[in-house]
Formats: sequence, structure tokens, C-alpha cells
Amino acid sequence: MREIIVLSGKGGTGKTSVTAALGVLAAGKAVIADCDLDAANMHLLMQPEVLKKEAFFSGELAEIDPEACINCGMCEEVCHFDAVHQDAEVYDINPLRCEGCGYCEVVCPTNAISMHVRRSGDFFVSTARTGDPMAHAHLDAGADNSGKLVAKVKEEAKRLANQHQRDLILVDGAPGIGCPVVSSLAGVNYVVLVTEPSASGLHDLKRLVEVLQQFRLQAGCIINKADLNHDQAEAIRTFCFENGIEMIGEIPYDTAFTAAMIQGKTIVESDNQLKQIMDKIYISIQHKINVL
Amino acid sequence: MTNTGIFKLAIASGKGGTGKTLLSTNLADYLAQKQAVLLADMDVEEPNDALFFDAENKVITPQYKMIPDWQSDRCTLCGDCTRHCKFHAVIRLGDFVMVFNELCHSCYACSDLCPEQALPMKPYRMGETSHQLLNQLQLVESRLDVGQEQAVPLIYATQKYIRELENKPAIQILDCPPGTSCPVVAAVDEADFVLLVTEPTPFGLNDLKLAVDTMRQIDKAFAVVINRQGMGDDAVENWCENEGVKIAARIPYDRQLAEQYAAAKLAWRKNTALRKALEELAVLIQQKQVQYA
Repeated sequence: MREIIVLSGKGGTGKTSVTAALGVLAAGKAVIADCDLDAANMHLLMQPEVLKKEAFFSGELAEIDPEACINCGMCEEVCHFDAVHQDAEVYDINPLRCEGCGYCEVVCPTNAISMHVRRSGDFFVSTARTGDPMAHAHLDAGADNSGKLVAKVKEEAKRLANQHQRDLILVDGAPGIGCPVVSSLAGVNYVVLVTEPSASGLHDLKRLVEVLQQFRLQAGCIINKADLNHDQAEAIRTFCFENGIEMIGEIPYDTAFTAAMIQGKTIVESDNQLKQIMDKIYISIQHKINVL
Repeated sequence: MTNTGIFKLAIASGKGGTGKTLLSTNLADYLAQKQAVLLADMDVEEPNDALFFDAENKVITPQYKMIPDWQSDRCTLCGDCTRHCKFHAVIRLGDFVMVFNELCHSCYACSDLCPEQALPMKPYRMGETSHQLLNQLQLVESRLDVGQEQAVPLIYATQKYIRELENKPAIQILDCPPGTSCPVVAAVDEADFVLLVTEPTPFGLNDLKLAVDTMRQIDKAFAVVINRQGMGDDAVENWCENEGVKIAARIPYDRQLAEQYAAAKLAWRKNTALRKALEELAVLIQQKQVQYA
């Protein structure tokens, strides 16, 4: 079994569109996992039929029982997250600030504080419109995205791959370089980088590649909107060459990219230049993971 | 609300790549022609604002978070620390206590509650904040060190840095990270008003809905800016109208604007449509400043 993740550093470079296109090209062979939980969009292109929905809990939240509270203020004193406030003589927890460390619970002299498990979203097992299994999730508004739900989606994708005897797991990753990205790297065999030829695109790509190097992960790069800026595109090619990252394709700036999204389709499902380019990209990725 | 005479405007979005940085940098530069403005890049994982300005006279301040430092000579291996830590960041392995810095939330519980004071807190570098003055524009940028995973502590450290500045401009623009989870909630925490930047596509709409949910959940006043207007469909416009969400400005889809952004150039002087959008936002900011003063 091989696991491929699509990452970018910068947001909005086309990760989801590329992952979904690869999903259509690999139909019948793959499991799809959407690990960009902050902005999960894969379902818009894959129109999954949900087979199982489960609430996901991670971390804890403090709660003060006003009946037992004697307003001593110990909890406010020890909280390093500014989560405890006194409002009209009554102490209260701000759930957006509470990190669930439980320090207040330990010091409370009247046991007025208790810790409760915290819901962070829903988790789904589905069948994508390609007929392939899909693992995805929905994070609650403002929830903690520490990477635990990402890990759960990936674990489920692996289980689905075993159950349905699929050789390939295709993961759509998050932007950035923090917790959700690092959490999504466990067990990955190959990283497909999708970037754009802008100063921001290259800057963010460089930081991501540094993270990938810490995990000794092999990567290939796709430049989306490749003809937008010649100098930046060249700088990306040079950077990739110097860092042992193979160029696996360049997608020109094309209105068909957005037109496909509006129809709820991927860029390989209508007859245009994007399909030919993605076909080639898919073949080079297949070749790449076969020799891994 | 701040009630300090300072108006804090956060620029956020659900989806990445919708134009937060384009709007933040151009709006800050545009407003700074007439008044003092602070632009803070809170997207600490991937900060880009500074790419659009000359890198002159940068003052760099390292940022630390506090992590327990195990003292083997004082430790009696009682195990209190591992019981107190909810994040599994302090683990006892035989005769050793190990601290996993990346898992630690700096709550101090293990350190303060250790009966032998064997876990004093010590600073651990997580990133840095750079600060520069470009005429009337103060640019503050925080950047997480590569390999660090937690954005939230650095975002809060950046807010503290800004609060403690001597000369605080009356207008502060906060360029936020993408998404709808904890880093965004932290970044907009002190904002008086939030602009949610989106694009007129199915992805843009889906993520805008999530961002609006988040703003409503945390009780923040907000309006929407549609970038690349005309590139997709009318679904975002229609949804905003149905939901009673105000569209504060529209930036038309323009390949030249994308090219200028790609080259890290501020475009408002040459691009009249962008300038018009900024003018509208400047009026909105003036109204809000009065409202929140």
C-alpha cells in the first residue's frame, strides 16, 4: 500500500482540485482522505455518499459549578491562558481560551471545577462518486485542530484500504507547516507539492520543504498557473532541482480550472488541455511510487 | 472591544489563497499614505506580508514559550507531573522524566505542583517577531521556526508584543492565517471587526460559510470582501444576500492583478478597481472607528 499526500505551504494553490483529479484518474484503485479539515472541500468534487458519521472528541474543557464555587479566585490565578474570568462575582470559563490543562481543577479547594471531554467535530466514512472509499471530517467552528482528527481520518483511510484491498491512499493536506500538516505526514510514501509562481508561493514552499526534509520524505512538484510569472516559475524549478524534488508537471493559468469546479467536476472530466496535463502527471506519479 | 482609541481590523478567510495578503498589504499601504497604520502578519506558519515591502531597519525579537526543564538531582520520581499533564508531554521512563516540547502547552501545572521543584520552567524558542517602520507604516511579522508545530502561542505572543509597543497607530490591520480553527480564533481574538475575504467559487462559498459560522460562534462583527469577482458564479453574492451578510467591497478578477501579486508588488496605485475597493473599505473603517471609539 502506498500513501500519497498533496501539500502546498500556501493556501489556495489548487491542492484539492489536483487531488480530486488524481482521485478520478485512479478510480477503482484508491482510497481518498481529506485531511484539510479547516477548509474541507473534497466533498464538493467527490460528492460522497456518507455511510457512517461519528462525533469526534479530543481534549478537555473545564467547567465551574457555581453552587460549589466560593469565589476564591485560585483558578484565575493559576490559569496561563486567560480562560477564567469573574463576571458579576461569578467565575466562569471562556471555552475559546481554555486549553483543557486541568490545572484549575487540581487547585480548586471545593472541587467546584470538573473537566469534560470536548467535541471537536464529526468524522465520516463514505463512498465517493468514483465508487472509491473516502474518509473525511468536519471540524466544528473554532475547534481545536491539533492534528488528532487528522490522524483519525488517516487511520480510517488505512483501514478502508485494507478492507477494500486498495493499493493507494490519496490524501488532500492542509496549508501551512503546523500541527495538522505534521500530523498528516505519518506513514506517507510520497509528497506531491502544488505551488504557484508567486513570491508567496515560493516562500511558503521553501518552509514546507524544510519540514519534509526533517521527515526525510520524497517529493515531486506541480506548478499551477505556471505561466503567471516567468521569473517566479524559474525560481521554483531551480529550488526544486537544488533540493532533489522532481518537477512532475506544470498547469497553465486556465479558466477551465474554475469552470470545472463550478460544475462540481474535476479538471480531468472535460476535454481540454488540463486533462492531457493531468494524465501525464498521474503517469509520472504512478511511475514514481512504483519504484519507491 | 479594545476601547483604547485603537481600531483593530482582522483580515481572515476560511479558504486559503483567496487574497488575505493581497488585501492586507495593499490596504495598509493605502491607508498609510494619510495616517499611521500598523500591519501585523499573524499567519505565523507562512507569513508573506513582508515580501511586499523593502526589508529596511528590521528589529528582530526572538519569541519563546515556557517549557519545564527536568532536574534529575531534585526529582524523586513520584510521578505527580505525568499525572497532571493532560497533553502527555511529560513522561516517566524508568529513572528518567522526559519532556516533549512540541506537546507542551505551557500550562505550568507540572512545574508549579512538583513537590520537589524539579521541573522549573525555562524559555524555549518557538519563532521570532520582526518589526520595521516604513514611513507611516509599522510592519510587524511573526514567523514560527520550521519544525515548531503550535501556531497559537506565537499568535498570542505577537498580540502581547503589539500591546506593549510605545507608539501604537490608531489603525491596526491583522493578516490572519487561513481556516476556521484555533489559530484563526486566536488571531481575531482582539479584533474589533473582521473582513472575510472569499472568491466566487464553490470552494470559496463553502469555506466562507464555515468562516461566518466561526465569527458568529465567537461573536465577532464581520463583513465579506469578494476577491476575483467575475471569475466564477453568483452563489457567494446570493448567499450573502439571503443571510443578510454585508459585502463590504468587491475586487474584480484581473490577471494583471494576479501577476503583480505574484511579483510581490503592491498594486493599488496602478489598479483603479483595487483602489476603488480600498476607498470603500477606508470609509467603512472610518465609520467603525467612530462606532468603537
